[in-house]
Order: sequence, then structure tokens, then C-alpha cells
Amino acid sequence: MSMSEFLDMGGYGLYVWSSYGIALLVFGGLFVGVKLQRKRLIKQLRRLYRQQAKINTESQQ
Amino acid sequence: MNWQWFHRLSSPKWFYQISGSLLPWFWGISLILIVAGLYQGLYNSVIDYQQGSTVRIMYLHVPTAFASMMFYVVMAVAAAIGYIWRIKLAHMAAVSAAPVGAAMTLLALVTGSLWGKPIWNTWWVWDARLTSELILLFLYLGFMSLHQAFEDREVGDRAAGVLAMVGVINVPIIHFSVEWWNTLHQGATISKFEKPSMDPSMLIALLLMIFAVILFCSAVMMYRMRNEVLSREQSKSWVKEVIGQ
Repeated sequence: MSMSEFLDMGGYGLYVWSSYGIALLVFGGLFVGVKLQRKRLIKQLRRLYRQQAKINTESQQ
Repeated sequence: MNWQWFHRLSSPKWFYQISGSLLPWFWGISLILIVAGLYQGLYNSVIDYQQGSTVRIMYLHVPTAFASMMFYVVMAVAAAIGYIWRIKLAHMAAVSAAPVGAAMTLLALVTGSLWGKPIWNTWWVWDARLTSELILLFLYLGFMSLHQAFEDREVGDRAAGVLAMVGVINVPIIHFSVEWWNTLHQGATISKFEKPSMDPSMLIALLLMIFAVILFCSAVMMYRMRNEVLSREQSKSWVKEVIGQ
């Protein structure tokens, strides 16, 4: 089978490859989505803990 | 009776630790399955004598449709456990299953549409199978927006949990829709009780993709749950230690 035959999918290439393309986007989106969520959360919590530590030391003085 | 094991299982800290060591395996094995499934599905399998190459859409459509229902049941059961026994980790599981399930429902609908156009000559029909799957998408979206609507996360857990539990009635409706109503959609080709009526090369591709999708979605859900644990347990000292590193 040649490369162009493979891509043509017996004339149904548009439907087959759009399905797989959209699936790649959705699965990729899920993966990137949870990774970014974690990154943002850790950043946010670090800032919060720093603020809390600052308040604690100020109240001791 | 000794309930200690139950409390240990539902401890967010214990979950965070065990899931951290399981996750790399989940990602790794699902990646291997996806590569093998794509090779088998797109290249190494026969095509249908009537539908031609459009049958290759099946290797996405069937796994995502299956996962869309499976993760709804997971979400509803988790919500029920959280509601009845007031277990925080169960609510975190329900919240984390929702976006994964919604994404799979969307993919099942879109790939079905792209398969329907060349074979049924229409993108969409309002028949029982397609309509009940669309309702499933709205149930997921309803769960997520209801959960976000409350200032207090625990109130949101319980309110959205009720919606998840009530909506589970839709899952058997989707499953049996092709038997109960006249529909364009075909019935099941593989079932537990009968010999599958498809070529072995197709069956291998389909099974590989089903396991790949389930494992990948479980990994995403687990990762999401870990985020949820950190966020909800942020005042605990062990979380401060994890974040501080």
C-alpha cells in the first residue's frame, strides 16, 4: 500500500482522519488540562503558605 | 467488625501517595496500548465489505462511547458513596470523573456524526440512541456547572451528587435504546455471551483501543483527583510538606 492510498482511506479519508484528529485534540486537551491545573494550584498554594508564614512571624514580633 | 481498612482506603493522604506511584504505569501502559491500537486499527486490519474504510472510525467511536457510560456509572457510584457515608474522597472522585466522561461523550457523538455522514448520509438523526447519548452530555455538563454554582464546596458535592445519582437511569436507556426503539443505529457486535461477529483483526484493534481509552481516562481522572486532594486538604501539614518541596 502506498502512502497516498493510506491517506485516502478508500475515498473516506476526510471522515476517518477528522475523527482521529479531533480525538487527538480531545485526549491531548485532557492531558494538558490536568497538568496545567496542578501547576496553577501549586503556585497558588505556595503563595498562600508564604503569606501565612509572614503573618505568623509578624504576630510574634 | 473492623472498619479500619475502609477508613484507610478513604484517606486522601493514603490515596495521594498510592496514586503517585501508580500513575507512571497508567500513562506508560496506555501509551503502549494506544500505539498498538492505532497500528492495528488504521493499518493492520481488514475493512468492511460494505462500509469500506469508514469502519476504522469504529476504533474510536466504540471505546469512547463505552467510556462515556462507564465513567458516568463511576461518577454516580462515587457520588452515592460520598453522599451516604460522607466520604470526602468519594466526592473528589465524582468531581474528577465528570470532565473525563463529558469529553468521551463529546467524542462519541462527533465520531458517530463523522461516521454517519458517509454511511447514513446524515450527520445527525433524532433517534433513541443518539438522543439519549446527547442527554448524557447534558447530564455531565449539568453536574459540573451545578457543582461550581455553590460557594461551599461540600454543599456543591451533595447537590451535584443528587443529579449524578438521578441521571444514572439514562445509562441503561442508552444501552437498550437500540433494542427498545426503532433506530438507525446498529445493535451491539460484541457481547460477553456470544461469539463476536467480526473479523479477528478488527476485534484485536477494537479491544486494544477500548483498554487504551479506559486506562488513559482513568489516569486523567486519578491525576485530577490528586489536584482535588491538594486543593481540599491545603490546611493539612502533609500537603504543606508536599508543596514545599
